[in-house]
Amino acid sequence: MSGRHVSEHGVSEHGVTGHGVGDHGVSADPLDLPSPRALAVRRLLHNRKAMTGLVLLGLLFLFAFAGPLVSPWGHDEVDFTAFREPPSAEHWFGTTGSGRDVFALTVRGMQKSLFIGLCVAVLSTGLAAVVGAVAGYAGGWIDRALMWGVDLLLVLPWFLVVAVLSPAVGGRWPLLIPLLAAFMWMVTARMVRGMTLSLRHREYVLAARFLGVGAPRIIARHILPNLASLLIVDASLGVSVAIIAESTLSYFGYGVRPPDTSLGTLIADGSGTALAYPWLFGSAASLLVLIVVAVNLLGDGLRDVLDPTPSRHGSRPRPRLRVRRRYGGPA
Amino acid sequence: MTTYLLRRLAGHAVLVVLAASLAYLLAAAALDPRSNYADRNPRPPEAVVDAELTRLNLNDETPLPRRYAVWAQGVLRGDFGRTWQGEPVNDELWRRLSVSLRLLAAGAVLGGVLGVLLGVYAASRDGRVPERIITFGSFLLLAVPVFVLAVLLQLGAREINQLTGLRLFEWVGEASPGAGEGTFGPLGGFGDRVRHLLLPTATVALAQFALYFRYQRAMVLDVLDADFVRTARAKGLRHRDALLRHGLRVALIPMTTYFAYTFGLLLLGAMFTEKIFGWHGLGEWLVDSITRGDVNVVAAVNCCAAAAVLLAGLLSEIAYALLDPRVRRRPV
Repeated sequence: MSGRHVSEHGVSEHGVTGHGVGDHGVSADPLDLPSPRALAVRRLLHNRKAMTGLVLLGLLFLFAFAGPLVSPWGHDEVDFTAFREPPSAEHWFGTTGSGRDVFALTVRGMQKSLFIGLCVAVLSTGLAAVVGAVAGYAGGWIDRALMWGVDLLLVLPWFLVVAVLSPAVGGRWPLLIPLLAAFMWMVTARMVRGMTLSLRHREYVLAARFLGVGAPRIIARHILPNLASLLIVDASLGVSVAIIAESTLSYFGYGVRPPDTSLGTLIADGSGTALAYPWLFGSAASLLVLIVVAVNLLGDGLRDVLDPTPSRHGSRPRPRLRVRRRYGGPA
Repeated sequence: MTTYLLRRLAGHAVLVVLAASLAYLLAAAALDPRSNYADRNPRPPEAVVDAELTRLNLNDETPLPRRYAVWAQGVLRGDFGRTWQGEPVNDELWRRLSVSLRLLAAGAVLGGVLGVLLGVYAASRDGRVPERIITFGSFLLLAVPVFVLAVLLQLGAREINQLTGLRLFEWVGEASPGAGEGTFGPLGGFGDRVRHLLLPTATVALAQFALYFRYQRAMVLDVLDADFVRTARAKGLRHRDALLRHGLRVALIPMTTYFAYTFGLLLLGAMFTEKIFGWHGLGEWLVDSITRGDVNVVAAVNCCAAAAVLLAGLLSEIAYALLDPRVRRRPV
């Protein structure tokens, strides 16, 4: 059993680093080993961090999207008999100064935060993958021009640009998604470019090129699949960055605007009276922190599971010069 | 090395000029200073408003390239134009810059140094109880946005003030009005300023700490496995000496690049912090000016931010060159 355990790890490391994550070659293996993808999933299931994050995130999603179904109050309803009431059986999270139900508002804000966070992360990681891979693979002036654009966007303060454009956005909050994504992809694009530079000289890429496969197809079929682990980790951590960015914008009044609501606007409303009426600030703020913690846990866990180079994170137990007590992970 | 630094500096400078110009064009195109006059009572006639806006170079009837040319000429002479009320931006800019720098410098240095030191400590004590507590704390901190952290600190400070019966912490403004004229004279004024400084500095420092701690810890953990550290141990150095003399230098190199990347974030965080704590610094000015459509102010604050990013980039290049001998000796 222990022998099998070791070999699994060896194969999965090789499989994820190697070409074409799980698509090629493995099925013909006479030893009938599980595919690298299955191994990655298995390692994910055994990673405490990732599973904690995943379960927590699942519960939060359930809370955000099933909450309105069980709540007796709508987010736009006003209870004229309860102003600034503390949490009770009638209003689970209490009410605001204008008699709106905090539970319904918070749940609605969470939906928006989760939705915006996911979309922004997927969009920005996709952009980073395409720009980075094209720059790294094409080289020459395309590479220089793209990296120059990356540097320019890095110097431009995102908050200023999004805030200045916010009157134009107005109440159409979905526009925030491309705006936020436009300022989140640059560092990842550089990493993707750096890795593409080394991948483009691998034998299988050269072979494809000499067979006459075009550049877009090589990037899509041979370069990007090999960066999958980096991209998955980046997207998952991008979710928490995007959620914090959106709530910051909304907090200062440049993101989601009243009458619509997000966690940022709720926290802004509650922060002035956080001591006297803690339920307003407390429920939105603690849920926001919980979401980010869950996403970060999942992202860190995914990095442990997927990243073939142990040199980019510190949580996997590693051989040390001195024998020490260790916690967690495969023994 | 000087040539190398100068070349990098020139590259950065071009980017900053472009970023500043882009920000101006964007602000000038999107913001609407004219609406400020619409709320006035009695409402001034259209021609007067036009003349006033033209005088301030804020008129949206003037073509954008011409407004940009006027603005850019001014900036080249060191003049950032006027606010929509007609006051020179420069006067206010210097005052507010000093306010922001006071907060930023104290918080950033404190947070950065603490983060790096504790990161090294945590990596060398990997798996022990104190390390696990700090790592868990930094993980939580990383999930708390600046504006929530600021409010939480305010709540905590209020509790402490109530428990001790003293006004140990202040969280509104930079100083209390009338401080410095009491029984303790200027010394009391200084104490008052320090009390106002504590919470905002803590906010900036904690946010900064969480970022740097995590990164530094991971870096040192990687370095600990490197062959050259093992060699150092093998030739008889103690674990601590091998870590500090051989490991730390290498682990600090990526941190310098990281510093340049995160400086913009730090600046933004400090701006939010001062807005929340009622400091009249650049961040508050920026947020208020965007609301008022004050194009010249927005552009000026952005110039400051871009210049700060340039400075951070330069500092990180210098640190890089100092830490990595290959950069120093690289033929340029």
